[in-house]
Amino acid sequence: MADLTTRFAGIESPNPFWLASGPPSNCGDQVARAFDAGWGGAVWKTIGEPIVNVSSRYSSVDWNGLRMMGLNNIELITDRPIETNLREIAEVKKRYPKHAVIASLMVESRRESWHAIVRRTEDAGADGLELNFGCPHGMSERGMGSAVGQVPEYAKLIAEWVKEVARTPVLVKLTPNVADIRTIARAAKLGGADGLSAINTLNSITGVDLDTFTPRPDVGGQSSHGGYCGPAVKPIALHMVQQLAGDAQCGLPISGIGGISSWREAAEFLLLGCHSLQVCTAVMHYGYRIVEDMAEGLSNWMDEKGFRTLDDFRGLSLARVTEWKDLDLNYKIVARIHPELCIGCGLCYIACWDGAHQCIHIEGAGTPEQLLAQSRARLAQTPAVVAVDTARTPAARIPKVDEQECVGCNLCWLVCPVENCITMDRVDTGLAAESWAQRGAGL
Amino acid sequence: MTNEQQFAASFAEIHPPLGRREALVEANRCLYCFDAPCTNACPTHIDVPGFIKKIASGNPGGSAMTILNANILGLSCARVCPVEVLCEGACVMHRYNQRPIEIGRLQRHAMDHFYGTGRRLPTAAAAKPGRVACIGAGPASLACAAMLRQLGFAVTIFDSRALAGGLNTYGVAEYKLRPSDSLQEVELVRALGVEFTLSAEIGGELRIKEMEEQFDIVFLGVGLGRTQPLGIPGEGLPGVVDALRFIADYKMHRGAPVGRRVVVIGAGNTAIDAATAALRLGGEEVHLLYRRSETEMPAFEFEYDLAKKEGVSFHWLTQPVAIHGSIQSPTKDNAAVESVECVRMELGPPDRRGRRQPQQVPGSNFRLACDMVIPSIGQSRLLDFLSQVRDIRLAGGGVEVDPATGQTSNPRYFAGGDCVNGGREVVDAVAEGKRAAAGIARSLEAMRG
Repeated sequence: MADLTTRFAGIESPNPFWLASGPPSNCGDQVARAFDAGWGGAVWKTIGEPIVNVSSRYSSVDWNGLRMMGLNNIELITDRPIETNLREIAEVKKRYPKHAVIASLMVESRRESWHAIVRRTEDAGADGLELNFGCPHGMSERGMGSAVGQVPEYAKLIAEWVKEVARTPVLVKLTPNVADIRTIARAAKLGGADGLSAINTLNSITGVDLDTFTPRPDVGGQSSHGGYCGPAVKPIALHMVQQLAGDAQCGLPISGIGGISSWREAAEFLLLGCHSLQVCTAVMHYGYRIVEDMAEGLSNWMDEKGFRTLDDFRGLSLARVTEWKDLDLNYKIVARIHPELCIGCGLCYIACWDGAHQCIHIEGAGTPEQLLAQSRARLAQTPAVVAVDTARTPAARIPKVDEQECVGCNLCWLVCPVENCITMDRVDTGLAAESWAQRGAGL
Repeated sequence: MTNEQQFAASFAEIHPPLGRREALVEANRCLYCFDAPCTNACPTHIDVPGFIKKIASGNPGGSAMTILNANILGLSCARVCPVEVLCEGACVMHRYNQRPIEIGRLQRHAMDHFYGTGRRLPTAAAAKPGRVACIGAGPASLACAAMLRQLGFAVTIFDSRALAGGLNTYGVAEYKLRPSDSLQEVELVRALGVEFTLSAEIGGELRIKEMEEQFDIVFLGVGLGRTQPLGIPGEGLPGVVDALRFIADYKMHRGAPVGRRVVVIGAGNTAIDAATAALRLGGEEVHLLYRRSETEMPAFEFEYDLAKKEGVSFHWLTQPVAIHGSIQSPTKDNAAVESVECVRMELGPPDRRGRRQPQQVPGSNFRLACDMVIPSIGQSRLLDFLSQVRDIRLAGGGVEVDPATGQTSNPRYFAGGDCVNGGREVVDAVAEGKRAAAGIARSLEAMRG
């Protein structure tokens, strides 16, 4: 059994799975139940002067019948008094001394306000502080959240104020709603931050109700942009995490956030250099219980790969990300369709013709239009009833790849519904590796 | 429970409609194949992935139009098609180690939506010269007439029965298709401007001549005739009711008298329909006799499974040789069937077509007690009528046509459906009706130069 013990910017937890600041970490009872379920830490729902929320608050993007591929919210920070939150933090820490409890903070941009909240929170027993410079909705209109996180000077200044009094590690939570997330991370580092949390939610409008014409979520016939999260944002989060982890000027440890719903995404964030992982949407969808598979799955995968601790593979994939100009132009792969697995759906064929490079063919048909015409023509008379062979795909339906023309784009492999039916196989070009940068230099 | 409630409960649909959510989940399972095998397996070439994706996108109206553009009888086909051997049988999901997409029920979902909204199909932009008579108001004629009408031609459908729809109205097991559903489709065709002359006298030299004078083209969609006679003694006893009459009677009267012990003779799909109906109508035992064995049975596998599940007893290699009544005078009202005398059969060597011919086992006669007999050994050809039409060649008892156009040897006559193919599915009749309509349109345009 692999060791999942986590040390991140001076904060320790039994595993890397933390609740991200949000509805699942709203109160002491919730955080206690989450710890009982197996979560290693929790970033408390952002504490500050209590606000008033609207209803409704969430909207989502469904995809092909699956719910909540992406979630959007316009909920603000906690609506409970500061003292209530702090009292519950103290109670939770007493009951769970080995678990990480981090307080997410957001107050008005005054030095005294930040000093006061930092002192009170640390007195309550929090293991660390996360400065919420990320929320893109509501609070930003009041000069907080992403309004701070989008201006490097503000981010640095507030980090400095916090560090003037903080005794525990200080994390800065970054907004992705910037041109280059590294500029804010560097500012946070200059301000003295000990670690980063990335990413916060993306500005979004998830959709428009086609009957009422009101975008979602609907608040009395009006809507407002919200913060987008959930499985849909994972690729964006991974990219930003990689940018941060690969940036020498930043050099701070990262708590990865954005679309983590199982151990697979967790492993991906760790491979790109994260130290801990924060989860919110998946818990909102399925409850705290999902952590059991996250921890077990990650541990099993580590055992399988021979990793004993998280450090053994942290950041392993970072070296595999380069700039495009350094990729090998002479590396070539082609698609191969394995006929024994082909179910004859024709998706690779039409994808290649309409969306790629017209190098997958059905014998006897020049174009997809000719293929359809031939099929129609076959029905020009009532066919004899023939027993359908449900076990085997008729040879005529199995597409063939013109390997000379195939550019190795992967599209057919991506659309093929059958695992391993299409493989992308390397072909030897007989040429030495050469990148665009090298080619340019040679000119 | 009233009789009506009892009837409705006994004949509850075997494939109930999908709920909206269920339909969405099922529609989203579809891979959206290109040049899809399901479409190619459909005789009317419905764009199946196309209509399924429209259900998934929340465009059921568009979905229905995709279906109806290919098959005007999309509603009845969704319920009566043997999808297991057509579209669903061809679904690539079988090879994906999964259940095929429930295409039939999804099609029904779209059709129910369409009929629920009371929509009508667009009518022809402009009338074209040319008058067509369609003889018979079954699926072939309805499909032919609808398409011709949409092209702008004037069409009149003639049928000797009081209701249009043919076997869709009178001859399909009630738990699959109800007369009211079939009649909805008739109304859709009528709304296109197709005229119907029902309870019409069809045959007779004079009538045929009249028709040829009034119409430029005649389409023969007359289907088949009565159930073939058994040709054995006792066939005329009052307790002997042929399968098609039995089915039409119970459907039209929402119930029909049925014996306690019923013997069905034949093992085609209609025989199964009759056997399961006899059970639902209160028959205590239903015995089905077939002179060949299980492997040669013409009924579809799933029909056979249904009958077994419902408790029909199958007697293979059993041929009736006589029907005995309690009073040997078939003219008396109180005469009743008492038993069927059968003889055991064995399969001989294969004939020239490779089919093993059953032969009687001498001395193996026995009697099966019963009080009702339902012969169902296939329909006869309407040779009397067809032979009245001049210059029409018959092949194998059916009307001979050019399979691409439906044109007969008499260029003013076209034909399609059971009277051509000898008795196949509704969807085949629709396909043949459509093809004939295209052929007729070309002929009419050629006539006008």
